[in-house]
Amino acid sequence: MKKRSISSQLIASIMVNAIYAMVNYPIVLVSTILAPFSLLIVISFISHGSLTPVAIGGALIMTMISSGTSMQQDLSHLKNDFKVQDMIVSSPVRAWVYFLGMSLSQIVYVIPALIALVILAAVYIHATAIGYLSIIAVMLIMFVFASALGFVLSTLSSDVVQSWGFSGIVSTVMSALPPVYYPITYIPMPFQYLAYLSPATYAAEIVQNITGLTSFSTGTILIDWTVIIAVTAAMLFIAMKKSKWRED
Amino acid sequence: MDMLNLQNVTKEYEPGKKALKSVSMSVPANGIFALIGRNGAGKTTLIRILSTQLSLTSGRASVDGLDVMKDAQDLREIIACVPQEGRAIGWLTPRQFIVSYLMWRGFSSKEATERFEKVMKELGISRYSDTLNRMLSGGTKRKVLVGMVIASEARILFLDEPTTGLDPISRHDLWSTLSRLKKDRFIFLTTHYLEEAEALADNIGIMEEGRLMSLGTLDELRNHVKYPYSIKILSDYRAKKPRQGDLIKGVDGHIQIVTTEKEARRISRHLIDKKVKFAMNPLTLDDIFYYIVRKPIEGEESNEEEEY
Repeated sequence: MKKRSISSQLIASIMVNAIYAMVNYPIVLVSTILAPFSLLIVISFISHGSLTPVAIGGALIMTMISSGTSMQQDLSHLKNDFKVQDMIVSSPVRAWVYFLGMSLSQIVYVIPALIALVILAAVYIHATAIGYLSIIAVMLIMFVFASALGFVLSTLSSDVVQSWGFSGIVSTVMSALPPVYYPITYIPMPFQYLAYLSPATYAAEIVQNITGLTSFSTGTILIDWTVIIAVTAAMLFIAMKKSKWRED
Repeated sequence: MDMLNLQNVTKEYEPGKKALKSVSMSVPANGIFALIGRNGAGKTTLIRILSTQLSLTSGRASVDGLDVMKDAQDLREIIACVPQEGRAIGWLTPRQFIVSYLMWRGFSSKEATERFEKVMKELGISRYSDTLNRMLSGGTKRKVLVGMVIASEARILFLDEPTTGLDPISRHDLWSTLSRLKKDRFIFLTTHYLEEAEALADNIGIMEEGRLMSLGTLDELRNHVKYPYSIKILSDYRAKKPRQGDLIKGVDGHIQIVTTEKEARRISRHLIDKKVKFAMNPLTLDDIFYYIVRKPIEGEESNEEEEY
């Protein structure tokens, strides 16, 4: 049996889903860099700059969440329009290697935007080293959650139109509902409760607490960490058990 | 050992909607196995089950001794598949697509590139190596897909209608490639083109409505049909059941008489006398196929008509 190089398998995913797309269509690169800045700029202007640090923290979280959830559309497109998943299933590639490779490709895709946001964060967010590390941890946890969700949905979709439907729901729950770019106190009661249906709200509270503009009790922050870790673990478990690598 | 072994394989997509109905077969390990059948016969369902893309509902199936359900991961080490509606990713070039596929299979970038160059040369499409797939003609896109699995190390290839959409010249080019490949690989292909199965396959299976109707070499299939001659009636003449043989309806709507050589000569004389246009040939795979999947023709069993 041939010895398979996992690094080659991971690189293949990164090349197909990120590098070649950007090399063959440079416009993709421009759009990727611009994507996280639209809401960030709007919030900064509306708040006359007072919410800029919160909005930058929000943009960092949303960049990771959107890159994870957009895996759903990318993989659905590859699966349903090109039958790539069928080609890959009938090959030595294991589902987790494909998932990991495609997840890494999403990170590579947003590296230019992340670099710009990190520079802005260094300027506007004044936090301790632990604070910065916490922001990175929150970003990674939310990315794992979102990409696992994206992967599961992509394997369940049987048509790209169906994947648009998934995408709309995910976008509402993960982007529209949570107060990522502004404090949750800006949402009137009882609608704040709705925001807590989204894991992104808990992630946003942690980051907003670090920026210092909104402060939450230690208990709330502990609950926030517990929730995002628990939902991510649950989503990974679902990805392992419920993804349809081989169709029924 | 048989390459394919199926025992009562059934696939039910929805309760009561069976795509495969208790299919059993053994296919030897040599060369090319072609599965032919009409749309909806169950060819794609079967190829997807054997290439581990789809679960079966009941029964057992193995490829090269490996159970498609229990040993799927081991089986995936030695197979490659071109799905029926598979397409080379539009935003990549053939080089990017095939090299990536080979890297997915675990080859290093260098090894993958060498294999890519070789296969593109073999398929005669090297000049398109760096053109975006979406800019290629339909035929070249199919060749890129077939090239992708040929370039791999897989020794069992599943090709679901690989030549659909190819012009006759490209199709024959691909046939030559597949004929060369079958010396050291097993190829399972499905096709609508009966002449393709006739030209390439060492063994042929005929499917109809989820059932395997017949299986064997072309000669064995010929023997399966008791009558070696076919007379195709090309005009409006109302043909009757021969003394020996059957009356069937071909795909083009023509009535066909399948019979013995002696009876064929007798009937042909009768048809000449009646100035009926007809064509008489030894059975081709087309004739065998339509004989096997034939629908009864009204009056077929009737002996009330006057004899030829």
